[in-house]
Amino acid sequence: MTTSRRLKPVDAVIIGYGWTGAILAKTLTDAGLHVVALERGPARDTSPDFEYPRIADELRHGIRGELWQPLAAETVTVRHTVNDTAVPYRKYGSFVLGNGIGGAGVHWNGQLWRASPEDLRFRSHIEQRYGKHFIPPEMTIQDYPVSFAELEPHFDHFEKVCGVSGVAGNLRGTVRSIGNPFEGPRSDEFPTPPLPAIYGAQLFEKASAQLGYRSFPVPAANSSVAFTNPYGVRMGPCNLCGYCERFGCFLYSKASPQTAILPILADRPNLEVRTGAYVTRILKDSSATRATGVMYMDENGQELEQPADLVVLSAFQMHNVRLLLLSGIGTPYDPSTGKGVVGKNYAYQMFGVTTAFFGEDVRINPFIGAGAAGLRAIDDFNSDHYDHAKEGFVGGALIYAGGTGGRPIEQMLLPPTIPRWGRAWKAAVRKHYRHSAPVTLMGTVMSYRDRYMSLDPTYTDKYGMPLLRITFDWHDNEYRMAAYTASKMEEIVRQMKPESQATLLLKPGNHYDVRIYQSTHTTGGAIMGTNPANSVINRYSQSWDLPNLFIYGASAFPQNVGYNPTGLLAALAYFSADKLKSSYLKSPGPLVSS
Amino acid sequence: MTPRIIILIRFPRYETQVVDRRKFLLGAAPAIGLSALVSTGCERRTRAQDPYVPSYFRPTEWEFVQAAVSRLIPSEGAGPGGIEASVPEFIDRQMELPYGHGAFFYLKGPFRPESPAALGYQLRYTPREIYRLGIGDTNATARQIHGIDFARLDATQQDQFLESMEKGLLEFPTVPASALFAQLLENTREGYFSDPIYGGNRDMVAWRWIGFPGARADFTDWIDQAGAEYPYGPVSIGGTKA
Repeated sequence: MTTSRRLKPVDAVIIGYGWTGAILAKTLTDAGLHVVALERGPARDTSPDFEYPRIADELRHGIRGELWQPLAAETVTVRHTVNDTAVPYRKYGSFVLGNGIGGAGVHWNGQLWRASPEDLRFRSHIEQRYGKHFIPPEMTIQDYPVSFAELEPHFDHFEKVCGVSGVAGNLRGTVRSIGNPFEGPRSDEFPTPPLPAIYGAQLFEKASAQLGYRSFPVPAANSSVAFTNPYGVRMGPCNLCGYCERFGCFLYSKASPQTAILPILADRPNLEVRTGAYVTRILKDSSATRATGVMYMDENGQELEQPADLVVLSAFQMHNVRLLLLSGIGTPYDPSTGKGVVGKNYAYQMFGVTTAFFGEDVRINPFIGAGAAGLRAIDDFNSDHYDHAKEGFVGGALIYAGGTGGRPIEQMLLPPTIPRWGRAWKAAVRKHYRHSAPVTLMGTVMSYRDRYMSLDPTYTDKYGMPLLRITFDWHDNEYRMAAYTASKMEEIVRQMKPESQATLLLKPGNHYDVRIYQSTHTTGGAIMGTNPANSVINRYSQSWDLPNLFIYGASAFPQNVGYNPTGLLAALAYFSADKLKSSYLKSPGPLVSS
Repeated sequence: MTPRIIILIRFPRYETQVVDRRKFLLGAAPAIGLSALVSTGCERRTRAQDPYVPSYFRPTEWEFVQAAVSRLIPSEGAGPGGIEASVPEFIDRQMELPYGHGAFFYLKGPFRPESPAALGYQLRYTPREIYRLGIGDTNATARQIHGIDFARLDATQQDQFLESMEKGLLEFPTVPASALFAQLLENTREGYFSDPIYGGNRDMVAWRWIGFPGARADFTDWIDQAGAEYPYGPVSIGGTKA
């Protein structure tokens, strides 16, 4: 057993070098701080790690998950209720965790959404519109302590950093005849124009219009043209290669930390990035009022202490929460009393898919696609964009059309009547592969008193430290939301006039199933709020307990939205970064009085 | 004429190099070195002279794998079967990679296989162990019921046997029958549809069958042609075309 070694103190240490870690590394090094970024995975860059043709390998990346966190060393455990025994998530299924430089920002789809204005004040909004009784007592949703107007400049900036392709639906308060009519007002147009719709999305566009809905291009962090972002980093146009989500982009088109931000940080003398650095805890002073740095294991298993004046916790949502619990920072949430905050309000998203099966004359060509570019969506049934008074649930879903690639191991779409093997299966893969198109719903999930995260009492990581335990299952509100929005989705698909269609949807009685990929949009556990009793961090992402600790990522979401989370979590990080620059770094201390 | 497609490959410090992408697709210089860089379990061999000799599977196990694969994706009817696509070779080669040894899975105990199915895989076994134990179980069970190994059953009996495994109707002594079936079906589909560098999908037969263009990964010319027929056959990572 080696003893830990104490390294030279630095101004700031960053835990996790994905999107928010990169945003904070830029902010803090801009301000002249000496910064060390710790990333537990390997170094990765477009060249050589995502180069063509090696990247175009479904088995290696899409199935085995070479870019994902190796579960053998650390995973999470899952149970459905507080009375069950949790068991490990041993193989990938429901969500795929990132690893290495860029984090999950490497293998994401690039759907870059803003939250709807009402998403950020969801409890107040629902109570005002439908009355206080409308929210069931076990639903523990709350407002974000920051408004859409405050976040707008930061949504806008991040979209420019990512070269997002899209078209504004609400430009400075004017709702236009194109774009998403339900979005909050934008201060500016998207930095790059949308790509044309892929064929499945075109058919959806036409069908939606016939039914009176207005579809629009999904905002895509897949640049549509050659583009230079505000940091002077150049991006290339998307070619709809079909190897997008689960893969790194070989074309510098899908934005990632290494595509959009890290090139300008590479030569900064006041930034040091250490890979293979597995942080085991955040250290506190004896009075537990300040963070003093972090302890981590390097690749050789040597334990190192990195002292720092400022600690940035910017790992994935689950890892943020686990590290707080392992470090004894804040009061762990207790579902029996509702007291405590760390681990509180775990939420997810609810998915459903309707697949349209066309005849051989309709050439969907599913292999032509991207994680976001070329897709079309309607937002009519998301958030509180429609009247819920008679529906008996809150929330909704984005409905989007078009596949993200036709990778045949993972993305083969067959009617449910087809056997899973044998001669009929072989005939069906030929008949349907080129002629099937998915329409997907991505639904909100509210937070509940009995859905949370804690440390597992039994299972450990490779260093013997407890795994994170997730207690989660669906609630009635979400089943009802899914049934309602799926009925709208099915109506649109019928209008697309396929030969047949089939819907995959969770219904009451279907438990949360970790075997089926549903999204990596897990949220909560270190939520933001107005005071230490209802949250882990304040509106500037600052810990209530240790004012020199800032926590970023979807762990901040008090409940989940019906959009991909990256736009919102990046905007929250930039909002915080502004405050760090303008206030905290000049005079460190609590930015909101508790 | 296909337009010349140029990719800008950027190196650190904003240096830019222009690479003609057709050279990759046509298997010219840059692509030749690539197959050497990709770890695929074992070296390529010339199939015509040389039937594949399994590295992991023992002779009776190999017979099972071949027999089962030829029922999961049969050769009869139009289109390549699992055997034509050399799926058994793929599976054997996977067993020698970290995947086969379970390196991608969390395999620490305690194990609670009685947990709800929705909580996912809860056995203690690596893929190699599932096959080794499961094939032993399969043949022991087949001998009990039919008096002969699985590979010696006729096609109809094999189909019925596999179906009973899939539905968990057979009680195996060590590995649950449904777990072996799930492992086998998963690896069979992987071997059928993955890039030929892994030993399956020989000559890209499965890609040609369904119309998947493989590693082409460039549809710039088709962005404005949604719904048009896509006329090109597949290319592989190693630079072959079909």
